[in-house]
Amino acid sequence: MTQLILEQALNGLQFGLMLFLLAAGLTLVFGIMDCINLAHGSLYMVGAYFVAAAAQAADSFWVGLGIGVAGAALLGLLLELTLFRRLYQRDHLSQVLATFALILIANEAVRAIWGPAAILLNPPEALAGPVEFSLLGNDFFYPAYRLVIIAVGLLVAALLYLLVAKSRVGMWVRAGAANREMTEALGVNVRALFTAVFVFGAALCALAGGLLGPLLAVQVGMGESVLILAFVVIIIGGIGSIRGALVGALIVGSVDTLGRALLPTLLRATLPADAASTLGPALASILIYLLMAAILFFKPQGLFPARA
Amino acid sequence: MAFYRPTRWQRPLALALLVALAALPFVLEAFDQAFYIGLATRVLIFALAASSLNLVLGFGGMVSLGHAAFFGIGAYVAAICQQAGINEALVAFPAAMAAAGLFALAVGAVSLRTRGVYFIMITLAFAQMVYYLFISARTWGGDDGLPLAGRMTLAGISLAGDRALFFAALAALTAAMVLFARLVDARFGRTLQAIRENETRMEALGYPAFRYRLVAFALGGAFAGLAGALLANLTGLASPNLLQWTQSGTLLVMVIIGGVGTLWGGVVGAALLLGLEEVLVGVTEHWHIILGLLLLAVVLFAPKGVTALFAAKGGGR
Repeated sequence: MTQLILEQALNGLQFGLMLFLLAAGLTLVFGIMDCINLAHGSLYMVGAYFVAAAAQAADSFWVGLGIGVAGAALLGLLLELTLFRRLYQRDHLSQVLATFALILIANEAVRAIWGPAAILLNPPEALAGPVEFSLLGNDFFYPAYRLVIIAVGLLVAALLYLLVAKSRVGMWVRAGAANREMTEALGVNVRALFTAVFVFGAALCALAGGLLGPLLAVQVGMGESVLILAFVVIIIGGIGSIRGALVGALIVGSVDTLGRALLPTLLRATLPADAASTLGPALASILIYLLMAAILFFKPQGLFPARA
Repeated sequence: MAFYRPTRWQRPLALALLVALAALPFVLEAFDQAFYIGLATRVLIFALAASSLNLVLGFGGMVSLGHAAFFGIGAYVAAICQQAGINEALVAFPAAMAAAGLFALAVGAVSLRTRGVYFIMITLAFAQMVYYLFISARTWGGDDGLPLAGRMTLAGISLAGDRALFFAALAALTAAMVLFARLVDARFGRTLQAIRENETRMEALGYPAFRYRLVAFALGGAFAGLAGALLANLTGLASPNLLQWTQSGTLLVMVIIGGVGTLWGGVVGAALLLGLEEVLVGVTEHWHIILGLLLLAVVLFAPKGVTALFAAKGGGR
């Protein structure tokens, strides 16, 4: 049981950190530019495909990851300059329609280029096996690759914190999230800042997609389910707040993972087996949405509102 | 956004459209194209679903990204009724409307406390909950959905023929459109649109904005449920795909390209989108790309929907 709980807690942490990479870009685009980007999940999917294709061509996971992330950033730049720039001033409905159209285009383009089947992305050879360590007298195994994901996620979170909380650009970003007009009036080039933030968000998407690629299948439609989770994260955390995105991502990641692993067992202990086997999976998958509805009910602005 | 006002041409045009639609199955059969009756029925059903969303979105000003939940619940209730031995649409369809409407009432009661983006997201969250509930409910088919043994009967008349189901869908859409047309022009609809324009002022005048919005939201949900029950009869399956958030997105797209807050927006949008699909499928396997590019063009060049392109210039508010 300890082994199970510890393993699932680490899985939850790992999932939460990857969600954070996705949500960080989304919350900034949302918070500063007031732009709903449903195509954020498509950037994640396209990023994962870029990484997988580059890794196959270069025969190295890490080189592929670098090239894929750069490619996604470039795509983000292109999208921002041609499309999103025109959307910022429009109402939410237009943004929903335009980015929904982008999802259609991205899914079909990926299907046309790489085919409908999922493609395989192998983790680097050196990290394929499990790591053994002992804790409280128990021997404990955990996949090395997942540990690396956790490390990378923590590193990016720390860098992002330094960038947003300590640097001048970060100050502009926070100012933009709190009050866009005032920031503009004080002479910050908000236009260039928007482009930079969007490109940065696209790169983070591809990083998450590439890192998760070996664990999940790289396939068409992988962006949609994760997009909804990223939205749940930023709503729980408060739109526009990086700190909120981190806390929200860790909450969603661990509640979802632990719920799926432990809830069926817990229910079996309290309910008849028949009811438990039906209710367990259902309850586990709606847990985070219940959580989000409850948080919105009591704190309609999320846990860490960016706007005062 | 301008208030809805019926134009002089509306009633004769609507009657002409109704007559043309009533003749459509016979014309198609005469030209040996009976296959298209199914497509026409599909358009009518989605026109009903999109119009119900337009009541919520266009007239109520509530951007809901969870309308598929009510649509899907309607389909599932129809299938569950049949599973329970009720094969009469006069019982099953009202049951579908009641279930979807009551659920919308509950969702609205919680969601309408939030505003803007948060409202979009909380309606989405509720729809996702319903989706996951149905795909994990093994008694109702889980991932595979719940199939219908056959089409139902309406007042004893079998809907098994394509023509019969077409007329059932046409009757449902006509009834809904007449109701919506009267509703948005009545005191209730005026109040609803005024709340959309300026909630604070309407509150100050003593109108309970929350209650007006909630009623519109539940009514929209009920008619989406009716559309779902009809669709389950058409396809013979209550599928969890109907509950997916992309389905809510599709309905939203229909309303936006048709024209938000116009009486005919939902109908025009559904006909355009489904018609376009039908044409593009024949052109290329990768028709989604073309559809996406067209939608982008609508956003950038016809921001008020396609109906607005044909509306008389000037005259607005």
